[in-house]
Amino acid sequence: MNELVWIFVSALLINNFVLAYFLGLCPFLGVSGRLETSFRLGLATIFVMLITALCSWFLNTYILIHAPYLRLISFIVVIASTVQFIEMVIKKISPALFKALGIFLPLITTNCAILGLAIFATNKGYGLVEGLFYALGAGLGFTLAMVLMAGLREESEIAPVPRLIRGTAMNLIIAGILSMAFMGFAGLFSAA
Amino acid sequence: MAKAKPDAYQEFVKGLWRDNPVFAQVLGMCPMLAVTNTAVNALAMGGATFFVLVASSFLVSSLKSLIPKQVRISTYIIIIATFVTVTDFTLQAMVPTIHKELGAFIPLIVANCMILGRQEAFASRNTVRMAVVDAVGMASGFLFALFSLGAVREILGNGSLFGVDLFGPNFEPWVIMILPPGGFLTLGLLMLAFSWIVERKQRLAEQLAGLEPDVEVKP
Repeated sequence: MNELVWIFVSALLINNFVLAYFLGLCPFLGVSGRLETSFRLGLATIFVMLITALCSWFLNTYILIHAPYLRLISFIVVIASTVQFIEMVIKKISPALFKALGIFLPLITTNCAILGLAIFATNKGYGLVEGLFYALGAGLGFTLAMVLMAGLREESEIAPVPRLIRGTAMNLIIAGILSMAFMGFAGLFSAA
Repeated sequence: MAKAKPDAYQEFVKGLWRDNPVFAQVLGMCPMLAVTNTAVNALAMGGATFFVLVASSFLVSSLKSLIPKQVRISTYIIIIATFVTVTDFTLQAMVPTIHKELGAFIPLIVANCMILGRQEAFASRNTVRMAVVDAVGMASGFLFALFSLGAVREILGNGSLFGVDLFGPNFEPWVIMILPPGGFLTLGLLMLAFSWIVERKQRLAEQLAGLEPDVEVKP
């Protein structure tokens, strides 16, 4: 049990996918302009991450043992088809949610945090339950980083900043300061 | 300037500076920041991306008439994933130490949106030769950006370049630079420098509007 908590907290805070591993930076810098949309994208990402963890565990255990060189190709195909499938299911079951997620749902395919999750979980040799906790932690960590960033960006829009710095340069510097703050969590489990 | 094939030259230079994938288009950020804590790692990552981008651009533009429109994105991704797998195993066999340092970020080249972007935006609608030239330009621009970030971070964070000590024993390294926040901060400052140079150039060009458009601007 302790092990699972450690995996979860580590993926959520200490090794935050966005701020420590630099995964999923494209949505982090691209669509973090509004708090509302960032939060929704985060939720969709958590969902896809959980499904991916499940699928990659099945693939690893039953298929890739016989053909390890197919790992990358099969992961990316699974992620792409999962996203496609989820898109169809959500469209059928809840058109309102589908409309709310909009373009962000298909975009999740090219989010390297998802592929990174599958690869890291494989490299670390996680089982099914561990993998699911890892996915949940990573997804929540991604959402947390997105929401923090969106909040800061909404605030900084009304601040008097020189025109040259506005845009990506300023967002990166804000992300650097956020990342510095998250480094403080590194001491959280050092005693253990 | 190569007068004989001005188009190819334009495509090449475009990727290197004006439409630099990192500084101007803000694509491919994830590998950009994750592996640039030393100049050697940055070069290895740039080299791997170079190979994948050029090879898949070549294949996509040769096969463009065979790929059905509806499944083109998945086809591109599978082509890219194949070349990334090749790169992954080659690096593992030839330079195991670097492969270990780059770790999971070699497979993650698949999700580099810069590569997929070039296939969709350029390779799938141009001739093989132009696609390769464009890929070489874009990949060189990416390599250039990776290297400048890696060099700055290694010099400040470790006091060395390519593992060679630069400042002697009295230099106190800025450890923050090789940690994640240093990556964000350095890239932010490099972006700032890039947009400053572009803006200066524009202003100068406006002042010299009567003269030739491609006047050399001294920094």
